[in-house]
Amino acid sequence: MASVTFDHATRVYPGTERPAVDALNLHIEDGEFLVLVGPSGCGKSTSLRMLAGLEDVNAGSIRIGDRDVTDVQPKDRDIAMVFQNYALYPHMSVADNMGFALKIAGTPKAEIRQRVEEAAQILDLSQYLDRKPKALSGGQRQRVAMGRAIVRQPQVFLMDEPLSNLDAKLRVQTRTQIASLQRRLGVTTVYVTHDQTEALTMGDRIAVLKDGLLQQVGTPREMYDTPQNVFVAGFIGSPAMNIATFPVMDGHANLGRTRIPVERSIIDAFTEEDRNHVTMGFRPEAVEVVPANTPDAIPVIVNIVEELGSDAFVYGSLTNEFGGAANVHSGAGDAQLIVRVDPRKVPGKGETIGIKIRAGEQHLFHAGSGERF
Amino acid sequence: MSPTPQRLQITAASPDPALLDLPWHVPLEEWPAETLAALPRGISRHIVRFARLSGRVIAIKEIGETVAYREYELLRQLSRIDVPSVEPVGVITGRRAPDGEPLEAVLITEHLQFSLPYRALFSQSLRPDTATRLIDALAVLLVRLHLTGFYWGDVSLSNTLFRRDAETFEAYLVDAETGDLHDKLSEGQRAYDLEVARVNIIGELMDLQAGEFLEDDVDAVAIGNALAERYTDLWRALTEVETFGYGERWRVQARIDRLNDLGFDVGELDITTDVDGTTVHIQPKVVDAGHHSRRLMRLTGLDVGENQARRLLNDLDEFRAATDRQAEDESFVAHDWLTGVFEPAVRRVPRELRGKLEPAQVFHELLDHRWYLSQQQQRDVPMKEAAKSYVKNILPNRPDEQSILGVQAGDIRETSQFPQVPDIELG
Repeated sequence: MASVTFDHATRVYPGTERPAVDALNLHIEDGEFLVLVGPSGCGKSTSLRMLAGLEDVNAGSIRIGDRDVTDVQPKDRDIAMVFQNYALYPHMSVADNMGFALKIAGTPKAEIRQRVEEAAQILDLSQYLDRKPKALSGGQRQRVAMGRAIVRQPQVFLMDEPLSNLDAKLRVQTRTQIASLQRRLGVTTVYVTHDQTEALTMGDRIAVLKDGLLQQVGTPREMYDTPQNVFVAGFIGSPAMNIATFPVMDGHANLGRTRIPVERSIIDAFTEEDRNHVTMGFRPEAVEVVPANTPDAIPVIVNIVEELGSDAFVYGSLTNEFGGAANVHSGAGDAQLIVRVDPRKVPGKGETIGIKIRAGEQHLFHAGSGERF
Repeated sequence: MSPTPQRLQITAASPDPALLDLPWHVPLEEWPAETLAALPRGISRHIVRFARLSGRVIAIKEIGETVAYREYELLRQLSRIDVPSVEPVGVITGRRAPDGEPLEAVLITEHLQFSLPYRALFSQSLRPDTATRLIDALAVLLVRLHLTGFYWGDVSLSNTLFRRDAETFEAYLVDAETGDLHDKLSEGQRAYDLEVARVNIIGELMDLQAGEFLEDDVDAVAIGNALAERYTDLWRALTEVETFGYGERWRVQARIDRLNDLGFDVGELDITTDVDGTTVHIQPKVVDAGHHSRRLMRLTGLDVGENQARRLLNDLDEFRAATDRQAEDESFVAHDWLTGVFEPAVRRVPRELRGKLEPAQVFHELLDHRWYLSQQQQRDVPMKEAAKSYVKNILPNRPDEQSILGVQAGDIRETSQFPQVPDIELG
């Protein structure tokens, strides 16, 4: 097992000017589960394929442990692309399905058997080793496919959207399995997804990319609690954070008739680019619902209430008296807000409620650069 | 509240209204037998079924919506750039069971007529060169895909279909789910694709051995390695820079001829010289497969496999020589050959036997049969006579290969060696 280091690793596709991955610096610890996440075209898959040796590295380098693998052939990198191909062979036993790659590599029979048995133990497949895949459930077949990668004992597992072609139920199940299996095996794993829920639930750390640039790396908690910029703030979390940009006057952000105090230290840190505006974000759960006419409350017209049993979310728009509504963005769209409410005190559709951001639960960003204060 | 009704969304280039009659509200696994053409064998990642639709056969695969659209687009692109691959028919989303439960999207592809899954070609009595010919076909397909910038990601015999092409096979890509189309592939992408292919093929052969469809003494690893060698040789022949002295310019034409022999046309050739002009470097930049099939198409309008075309063109050349018409315009002679030789010969196949083989493959076998008869009888057996004997003695024993679906290894006899004719009476 080994660490993985991207050192100013850059990939520029021929005929393009902007790098698909731009001077990526990322160190993944030995045994760590790192998730690369971002919208499509952000460079996450390209980064993974650079590590796999499928994409040329035009500048910088990539190391696995102390070994510089920048120019090493994919099959000599000691990595395994898990789930790339997991069709099982119908006539082979589960054990042979797991061990055939070792057989090809000329590994002695006794060693193959031993490695297969170890993997089967971890995967809870021991009693199925001599059966044919037909006798297995869908989930067990998935585990056999994982077993194929495990018996090879690679330094690093690579997974590129492995759940994208599973149905929703199996996706959630497999997500948990992969994460717990990785913890048990302790093999360094780099996992690519566009789904921030997958990232939050699976990764030890998450790296968010956008336009080929690394935005932030951190634990799921860090990413959620202290997003370093507006992009990460809007990308991580579901439903997404409510984000709006407002003018600041007399030490207050002006939200229509509502005024929210902004700390002196923040105002002092304004740059020229900010033009006396601040970008403020608050998560759907960071608000209190108050009567609509409460002074300084933000009035919200309820459009839909999404009841999930344990939670309820109001999807609302801002009232007319609220100037600058167009500057507000959320998971529900522009000029919309999402607010978590008490599932036992759900407001009616069309009703106007007031909301107040709980003290200390707002995120403030430079209106110009989008960086966190 | 009543369950949400099914609201199908069909994306297809030329939608067939009969598509709407298929039971989309039922999970594919539970489709009634009368709808199905056959059940596929083996365990695949997804549920796949074959169904009859307006007189043809379609393959239906249940798969996630985004992946379905992606694969549909990829297959469309591949057929646009003329890579041998299955034709996509469309994607259907919005399926729901009567109780409102959403069902997976499906990708529909056309079943490739006269194609053979690899399992059908392996049997206990595997002719040693059948494996080699399949591997050759797959190597050509992989090189062609890589030349166009297609990274397959899951090259295997199961993701390929084979069509007889004279004495060889032509391979078709069936599953593009893991694929990606790039401007140009990196060395790493090609190497990885090839390694995946090697391991998959060996695994598939070992599986046939485990199922006792293939003798244990067949060396699966050697066959897998042969693919890598064949691929590497062909790639080098097609793309390598060749360097020679200024006086050896005939080598430019020789290179082009060599590529033609391999079945490729040269669309663009880079020729550079050193500063002092004493050394010439040539490198093919654009090569297109199908040199012979394109030529035959131009002359006769026949759309056949590359090696079938080669065989037919040879017969055309013989016809030209035998009728002493070398000086005449080739296309006139080709027309006479088509109407006077090819068409009458294949028309001798009675309607009920036409599902056995494609016309061009029938003609290829006919040529073999005529050669065999002539050998046996020490005289030039005329085509008419050979055709009669072929239709009577050989063709009826061949399996129907028009739509071979859901076969198991050993279901189809390998018959591409010279058809053996017992002592037969002619007349």
